[in-house]
Amino acid sequence: MTDRSLLRVQDLVLYFRTSAGVVQAVDKVTFGLERGEAMVILGESGCGKTSLAKAILRLLPRNVQRYDGSVFLDDMDVMRLDDDDYRRRVRWIKISMVPQAAMNSLNPVLKVGDQVAEPMITHFGVNKKDAMTQVRRMFEHVGVPLDFVKRYAFELSGGMRQRVAIAMSLVTSPDLILLDEPTSALDVLTQANIMNVLKRIKKDMDASFILITHDIATSSELADRVAVMYAGQIVEVDTAEHFFDEPLHPYSKKLMASVPRLRADQEPEFIVGQPPSLLNPPKGCRFAERCGFRFEQCSQEPPLMDVEGRQVRCWLYAEEFEKVHAREAGA
Amino acid sequence: MSDSTVVQEQSIDTQDAGRSNGAMLQIRDLRVWFELRRFGFGRAGSVRAVDGVTFDLAHGEAIAIVGESGCGKSTLMKTILGLYQPTDGEVAYEGSAVGKLGSLGLKQYRSKIGYVQQDPFGALPPFMSVRAILEEPLAINNVPARERGERIEKAMVEVKLTPVEDFLGKFPHMLSGGQQQRVVIARAMILQPGLIVADEPVSMLDASVRVEILKLLRALQASHDLAVIYITHDLSTVRYFSERIFVMYAGKLVEKAPVLSLLRNPEHPYTHALLAASVDPDARNASSLREVPPGEPPSLVRPPSGCRFHPRCPHRIEGLCAEEEPPEFESRPGHQTACWLYR
Repeated sequence: MTDRSLLRVQDLVLYFRTSAGVVQAVDKVTFGLERGEAMVILGESGCGKTSLAKAILRLLPRNVQRYDGSVFLDDMDVMRLDDDDYRRRVRWIKISMVPQAAMNSLNPVLKVGDQVAEPMITHFGVNKKDAMTQVRRMFEHVGVPLDFVKRYAFELSGGMRQRVAIAMSLVTSPDLILLDEPTSALDVLTQANIMNVLKRIKKDMDASFILITHDIATSSELADRVAVMYAGQIVEVDTAEHFFDEPLHPYSKKLMASVPRLRADQEPEFIVGQPPSLLNPPKGCRFAERCGFRFEQCSQEPPLMDVEGRQVRCWLYAEEFEKVHAREAGA
Repeated sequence: MSDSTVVQEQSIDTQDAGRSNGAMLQIRDLRVWFELRRFGFGRAGSVRAVDGVTFDLAHGEAIAIVGESGCGKSTLMKTILGLYQPTDGEVAYEGSAVGKLGSLGLKQYRSKIGYVQQDPFGALPPFMSVRAILEEPLAINNVPARERGERIEKAMVEVKLTPVEDFLGKFPHMLSGGQQQRVVIARAMILQPGLIVADEPVSMLDASVRVEILKLLRALQASHDLAVIYITHDLSTVRYFSERIFVMYAGKLVEKAPVLSLLRNPEHPYTHALLAASVDPDARNASSLREVPPGEPPSLVRPPSGCRFHPRCPHRIEGLCAEEEPPEFESRPGHQTACWLYR
């Protein structure tokens, strides 16, 4: 752990109980995040990325079957806190969230200013006046005109509502902000505006982000590092430079090839087949069935291997992994 | 309305120059306004959702209409489908005005147009099986019962919902998003239309499925010589799909051009802004801010005078853009832009 290290998620597991069986939504997820860093979690719908966010922020539904692993935040394992302690010490104080479709999650009968002030008042017990000063400061940060404090959500455009939701996640100055698909329902220009806002916040406030999305092109606007999720597991963790240039995992490669490009003549390709059901995921590599590089070893589950600072869950890199290991052992 | 006559003359010119087979769909100075009421009876102005749109669509041609939400693209589409009556101007299909068709004529007209909705799950009735969903248009249009099975099967094979028997009895919630969208496309295709109107057909789907559905639509277009109107806000999918792009802003088409001409040499400042805001995946994106024009799209009740983009435009010409509405200028063959910079 370096000094800048903020979050360390280790073997996080979240299973749900349903009438059809146990859904293994998050399966032994491990990754770390540094202060001031933005990590993008990429994946298609149903891969467990939203469940991962909920598992980190402990916003769980009732049908949880299994929830364990560790989440270290500044060396404190927050998984050991009970629910009350978690709420008092972590949620919205250290970690906040901009939920999916946040623009439609604002309370219609509260003025947006009051709503943004709420976390300040409940978590820090500050008075209304001080809270509103902080709200105004946040509105300035995200580019909402100050007189909007007194308006209701329905009086605001989609982009403005999204900014308000971001302001609400910033108001308590948390160390980490989870953003779940922050721009997916917005128009292109509004989307570019929101990404500009996030870039500015990251620079000015030294905030850390986990950005959960399926939109690869937009995610590159904020990413320092990229984690790719497939069928409940992380299959690759990589720096943005490496990932957007040449990803390692066969699934990441196909995912990148499926992005339609505006400025290049390359035809996009699609991935044949469907992700496996999380009710009963295959024993070996979960992508094997759709993979063009499949060989015998793929019937066993590959571990997340470290190849020169890039992590990948694929047997194709086993040899390189061994070599690096041997070299390290020799030295 | 002097400027609208300019528009009309120009599009007739391009028609003569470009196409010989005659247009399938002709849209002439189309206006669709919705009246606002105050207290249920007083008039409070109109929402000018579509305000002077003119274009031709040839047989077998795919066009894309690109614009942000609220620019009027869905109203334009619904007027083409005959769901809204034009306030002024007309939509003509094979030479006859859609607004003047009787109920029987309208029913026939609609059977020639397929509609692919944005949200496949919302577009499919939850209590009908795939078979029932695909049979309904046939039943409504009096296709004899003994022919229906064969046509359903054919449509399903075309959209690659195979093996057909596995899907016939399924209900929409039992299908994945991509499969649901295939059912929607099969339903749009089953009466063998000449035109498909697709409203953001892939925006609800995952990246990897998105390309698959676009390629399917493209293949159907080629094999059936279909005309397609593809409505989207995503410029990056357009180039793989259509021959021409129309950019719509605040109820008007501000730029009409062949796809590559528009992507390589965009003219209208709004098109520039859209292109600058759309990114390709690249780690370098994170190091710079994107340029976005200030403000938001205008109200369609009281749109700005002159050019509707002028309050947000970085290249505004004082004394001109705010006063006079720009006509379409043709800087290159087939590339028309409604902007005073190109006079």
